[in-house]
Amino acid sequence: MSSDAIVIEKLGKQYTIGTTLIGDATLGESITSWVSGPWRRFKQMAGHSEGTRTFWALKDVSFRVDVGEVIGIVGPNGAGKSTLLKVLSRITPPTEGFVDLTGRVSSLLEVGTGFHPELTGRENVFLNGAILGMFRAEIIRKFDAIVAFAELEQFIDTPVKHYSSGMFVRLAFSVAAHLEPEILIVDEVLSVGDLHFRNRCLGRMQDLRDEGRTVLFVSHDLTSVRQLCTRALLLSGGRVVDDGAPGDITRKYEQQHHDHAALTGAADRLHPPRGYHLRRVELRNAAGTVTSRFDAGEVMEIHLWTSGRAPENSYGAEFKLLNDDDEVISFGAANPVQNTYYQAAHEHFVCRLGPLPLTEGEYAFSFSVGVWNVQRWDTWSKAIGFTIERCDLFKTGHGIANVNDGDFVLQQEWLIGN
Amino acid sequence: MLNLAELWAYRELLFFFVWRDVKVRYKQTVLGAAWAIIQPLTTTFAFTILFGRFGGMSKSVEGPYALHVFVGMLPWTFFANAVASAANSLIGSSHLISKVYFPRILIPIAAIAAGLVDFAIAFVVLLVMMAAYGVAPGWAMLALPIYLLGTIVSAAGAGILFAALIVTYRDVRYVMTFVMQIWLFGTPVLYTLDIIPAKWHTLYALNPMVGMIAGFRASVLGGPFPAQVILISSVSCLVMFAAGVRYFLQVERRFADVI
Repeated sequence: MSSDAIVIEKLGKQYTIGTTLIGDATLGESITSWVSGPWRRFKQMAGHSEGTRTFWALKDVSFRVDVGEVIGIVGPNGAGKSTLLKVLSRITPPTEGFVDLTGRVSSLLEVGTGFHPELTGRENVFLNGAILGMFRAEIIRKFDAIVAFAELEQFIDTPVKHYSSGMFVRLAFSVAAHLEPEILIVDEVLSVGDLHFRNRCLGRMQDLRDEGRTVLFVSHDLTSVRQLCTRALLLSGGRVVDDGAPGDITRKYEQQHHDHAALTGAADRLHPPRGYHLRRVELRNAAGTVTSRFDAGEVMEIHLWTSGRAPENSYGAEFKLLNDDDEVISFGAANPVQNTYYQAAHEHFVCRLGPLPLTEGEYAFSFSVGVWNVQRWDTWSKAIGFTIERCDLFKTGHGIANVNDGDFVLQQEWLIGN
Repeated sequence: MLNLAELWAYRELLFFFVWRDVKVRYKQTVLGAAWAIIQPLTTTFAFTILFGRFGGMSKSVEGPYALHVFVGMLPWTFFANAVASAANSLIGSSHLISKVYFPRILIPIAAIAAGLVDFAIAFVVLLVMMAAYGVAPGWAMLALPIYLLGTIVSAAGAGILFAALIVTYRDVRYVMTFVMQIWLFGTPVLYTLDIIPAKWHTLYALNPMVGMIAGFRASVLGGPFPAQVILISSVSCLVMFAAGVRYFLQVERRFADVI
């Protein structure tokens, strides 16, 4: 008897991106595009491509998963991880190739899908359970266990809109945790909730593994991939580039990830625009060494070099700080923050940052040069990445990581009230 | 073709969707179930005054004109609401569609089924009105479920088609409002079938709601049974349903990518 739970053969998924018309067109062009726009959009939507581009989110993906394997899928943003899970969950059809899943499949691309804020906790347990593929009888049987796991006995008849986000996530995860599929497909849902709850979720995943269920698991949290999985796949550019033991794969991924964001703490622009532009960036620590690894509480110096002569005098540079979900979490700029203006002849700027109040994890900078709030001559997005390796600002020996505790640590002091 | 085995496997999810739609609707409104009565009653009242009094239509029908209008308004209100909510149901569930697999057709079907609760409430009002006007129900009324079924199937055909179109072409929402208005005037809700010359009946009955509403009227108020019209409408209602479902199934796989 074959023991393949999942067989994927030459899987490919192509998406169409419509070209958008924005800005900087002449009035004449604007009018023609305004007149012909609806027709062109209609043709695009109807699938007749003209001025549309396509790209392969997945290409030539083939692998097999044995019953009882726990596979971790890692890879940078845009590698096709989520698309792969969507195809496996039958949410979107593949463009080519085929997928064969043997057994009852549950997919969990997010916790709390279908929760309705107006309904009570009890009602949502039933609704969400049914959406995840449970039968009514099954939900009734497991109901008490679900509520107990979420520790929400008191609030189960309160509308979910009155729940805190923590309560919401607990209830939602609790429903999901009581699924008994033969194949479970999970996308990055363990990174929610507080630490205590996260550990219980990890515990639940371990149970599933020990029960011999097949799990496919996408995560940015390499530690849990190492802990939970029996095998890992590295996805990049829509292809499986590596397949092997979780320890090896995650290490490889970490190395590649840092290479791209400059392991040395410095990067040169590969494809700069013509004309005046940002050319090179370096991150230096307090000792002046170029590095991409910092601890919270350290001071960082950003060095930026430009190429060409600035179009005018009195301008500045700015940065945006992004977390590993690509969200902008902070901003800094020479003009509004410090009234510092650079002259056209300058081509090296330094910004001293810190002490860094960031939690452990990956971050990246995007930079722009220009006159703040008036115009940007050049933007270099995600120019360089860095890692906060240790965040122990209060010297307690406990690290604070950005997967569950936010990106920043505020200055704080805990007292005993009287 | 519709995968009936799969739909059967998902019957409980359908039930939960209907249950959610009904619950949420009545939780979010102040007057709750009263809306199911207010809507057909006010339109009936308005049209009775407008067409009955000033338009002189009340002379063209036997019996109370208000009851005539209400009997037509009852299935029409259900039909129009069902089409509109089914049509908008998919984009309203875009989040679900991009995160979970289930047969997508459950969503518009659930939206239509949820409208039956309103229909049931308004139906009680009809019974009250019949009692008030002293119209006794006859044996013909036993055929009512058939016309209701026809109305549901018609609403499903149109609603499913619009729902699938709206996912790709959001403008269809505006087209739909317009279509429904025209459709109302092309259906014997405010007037009776007799107004249309008999030689046009075959063509007229291609509108499936013509037969259903004529059937509703005949079964509630008695009077001649327009067999030919009802037969043609029944066929065209099945054709419309088949066309709607067919288009839906053709495009359903793309929903998650374009919604």
